[in-house]
Amino acid sequence: MSATDTTVASGELGADLLAIVDRVVAQAKPGEQVEAFVSRGGDTEVRVYQGEVEHFVSAQAEGIGIRIISDGRTGFAYAGTLDEAAIAEVLAEARDNVQFGTVDEWAGLAEPDGVAQTAQALWSDELAGYATDRKIELAKELERLTLGADSRVRVDDSNYADAFGEAAVATTTGIRRWGRENGCYVSVSTLADDGDETQTGFGFSVGRTPDMFDLGKAAREAADRATRLLGATKPASRRTTVVLDPFVTAQFLAIISSTLNGEAVVKGRSLFKDRLGDEVAPPFVTLLDDPTNPLAYTATDVDGEGLAARLNPLIEGGVLRQFVHNSYSARRAGTMSTGNAVRGGFAGTPGVGALALHLLPGTRSQDEIVAGIDDGLLVQSVQGIHSGVNPISGDFSTGAAGLMIRNGQVAEPVREFTIASTLQRMLMDIVEVGGDVDWLPMRAAGVTLVVTDVTMSGA
Amino acid sequence: MIDQDVIERTLGTALRTGADFAEIYAEDKRNTSVGLDDGRVEQVTSGRDRGAGIRVIKGETTGFAHTSDLSETGLAAAASAAAEAASRGGGGVRTVALTPAERRAVNEVQQYPETIGKTAKVELLQRIDAAARAAGTEIVQVSAGYADSRKRVLVANSDGLLAVDDIARILARVNVVASGDTGMQTGYQSMGRTIGWEVFDPASELFVDVEELARDAARQALVKLTARPAPSGSMPVVIKNGSGAVLFHEACGHGLEADHIQKGASVYAGKVGELVASPLVTLVDDGTMAGEWGTLAIDDEGHPTQRNVLIQDGVLTDYMWDHIRARKEGRGPSGNGRRQSYMHLPMVRMTNTIVLDGHDEPDDIVANTERGVYVAELGGGSVNTASGDFVFGMREAYLIEDGRITEPLREGNLIGNGPQVLRDIDMLGNDFMMGNPGTCGKDGQGVPVGDGQPTLRVKQMTIGGTAS
Ligand SMILES: [Zn+2]
Repeated sequence: MSATDTTVASGELGADLLAIVDRVVAQAKPGEQVEAFVSRGGDTEVRVYQGEVEHFVSAQAEGIGIRIISDGRTGFAYAGTLDEAAIAEVLAEARDNVQFGTVDEWAGLAEPDGVAQTAQALWSDELAGYATDRKIELAKELERLTLGADSRVRVDDSNYADAFGEAAVATTTGIRRWGRENGCYVSVSTLADDGDETQTGFGFSVGRTPDMFDLGKAAREAADRATRLLGATKPASRRTTVVLDPFVTAQFLAIISSTLNGEAVVKGRSLFKDRLGDEVAPPFVTLLDDPTNPLAYTATDVDGEGLAARLNPLIEGGVLRQFVHNSYSARRAGTMSTGNAVRGGFAGTPGVGALALHLLPGTRSQDEIVAGIDDGLLVQSVQGIHSGVNPISGDFSTGAAGLMIRNGQVAEPVREFTIASTLQRMLMDIVEVGGDVDWLPMRAAGVTLVVTDVTMSGA
Repeated sequence: MIDQDVIERTLGTALRTGADFAEIYAEDKRNTSVGLDDGRVEQVTSGRDRGAGIRVIKGETTGFAHTSDLSETGLAAAASAAAEAASRGGGGVRTVALTPAERRAVNEVQQYPETIGKTAKVELLQRIDAAARAAGTEIVQVSAGYADSRKRVLVANSDGLLAVDDIARILARVNVVASGDTGMQTGYQSMGRTIGWEVFDPASELFVDVEELARDAARQALVKLTARPAPSGSMPVVIKNGSGAVLFHEACGHGLEADHIQKGASVYAGKVGELVASPLVTLVDDGTMAGEWGTLAIDDEGHPTQRNVLIQDGVLTDYMWDHIRARKEGRGPSGNGRRQSYMHLPMVRMTNTIVLDGHDEPDDIVANTERGVYVAELGGGSVNTASGDFVFGMREAYLIEDGRITEPLREGNLIGNGPQVLRDIDMLGNDFMMGNPGTCGKDGQGVPVGDGQPTLRVKQMTIGGTAS
């Protein structure tokens, strides 16, 4: 959500959504805190297969969620429509639900905190008006480029997708904001065959507008990922140094951030709960949550409770600096919200989460890094990374595929093995952060990351 | 939900550009959920979702649009958008006459969840909380969730099909954290049924004892306090009944979905009639099992669900189909066309995926295993359908030494290759049981699925622990 000035005249952008939240908030009864959140959004998805459009989805949705807090009790209701009668019903349901909540001394809505929004361009009129035929052409072009990259490659699907959204939130505590944003990406899934064996790959490119796409890079990566795994075998079990590909690092950062989540921390469910100020990684590791960087696909300038999104250093110089909080977890932790309320749309209350993570990059490319490793493993993809992680104990295990590294060069492909360690140890065992930051359609940016002493289980 | 003549006119609008097929899927869903954490009712949530998705197929292209406006004007706008998306030209007029199908009840719902007061739902979670906490002083945290929904569905298409359904769902889950000298460990259990509130009545055939569920989650966390790191490397794996059929969901279920087959993106493409599994294995996808989490009277394309035998005595007999893929193949659908909601396109999905009983006594399976791992509960997993490589988390597992279950193991992943694991099943028990309710994710859509299996042994799988 990208916010504008809080006074919006009727007829201006956002006026209709703000009018709805204003009307709801005005109906608060004495002693009630009321928050109304409305959103309207849509997406386009074009899937191309063998030069033809396989499907074209053009979807739009809108709805409202109302949260009421009274005497420390919280109730919530939502509806997937902005129909006047439905909104009245949602308000009544939320109010009815309040009585079943347990009194919670920390319950409460966000309050304006004076933090200014970072102005950033998150809306593109060019994308909003982008012609359908050109979207289809982009997906077709990506399929052609991918097929042309390697004769062993087939394309499973080639896609263009864009999304737009606007939202307004208002509360009886003085929050009143509206904003909108849009973005797009292309992606391609590949198959490479060799006799009976088939391996898969993928590639994508993201942008605020389609002219930011690098279709060639997406095509090359998708072809390379599939073909270089052909002939992969199951490696022997051992301990080794792993080089995580940027896409894998992004998934690893998302896991790490779940342990730095203020809600997990106040509820005693994070292995880092008592470790603020501790050295948790080597001094060259700095992990930032920076939703104010428009290069990040998930950049935003307002969080799910209407506070300004901001740059938060989570690990700075290897030291655990702070957790991310929404207003509830912050109040319970005795601190201020970090502007990290995340909302999965109108159908839920705000949770806590990192918005746009990235590691402060180093200087070397992946090739340069690999060249300095005598014996190791380049992890190209991971599978089941969520099912094998325990954010409380820190146990970490994931299926993986990749290439062995021997004498500074990538060697034979390997698959059907796991890499395992604990999250605590993996952070401490980081030996290098690459310089190759890659923006992905995810909440974390990718970068090559080198971790030593990881257990590889295969044959 | 929508008058028949309005549906017919809407389908007519959708066919305006000369499409081959048009479909309306409408739903009206109400749900209630409650979250309890640390003894506190965090909040009760009520939700309402209502709308229709319109799909138009012309040649190889599918156009799709949806609306939350179920008026004739709203439907007409969505129909035009879908028609426009499917086609840039063409034309023609086709009228549609619908034949209402009789509603088939696979789940006899006695007490629809919305007729039950919210107080009872809160109390259910409080009972779960109390039962888990009573399991031991090491239990330091309990969180529990409850969710129910009632969904009315209408599907109509230009082939004249008009089918309706009325679906109730009840789900409860509990997470437990135990704390000991070795740190903190977690336990988890859940239940899900497609019937009403009677599921909590001990007299009901499908009764679920939520306090037992809570005690089991607590036991899992407590056991792991003394667990040692899981081994790494290949070894025999015994999987307890009702705790690991998700293995089959991943190892071969997804690979038997006709969309992957038709794109040549499955290891099982072109293998019907071939031996693809140990002859002990008969695998069935059954959408008709009364009350189960993956059960539906009709799929989300309006076709009755079925009991589909996929693998019979190790031989691949059939794939699972939706409308588009079945039409391409010139055959009937199998009742496997599903979607997350009216905002999503249907695709081939599983329902309840089960492995039928074998003949071994479960105790013999363990006794015949010299050294290996006993998995008492598998967690989530995923598969690459093209290569067949899959991975799962082990939520509760033990070492098997000298034919006996011994020490508990900490969490780790279990990996393998689907076709290989199917061939490597060398013992199959006679103690079939359904497992926990699941949500299967594919292409960004989640749908409820069930699974079940007897105790079984896989000759060799890779355990991804940290111990050497
Ligand atoms: Zn699945």
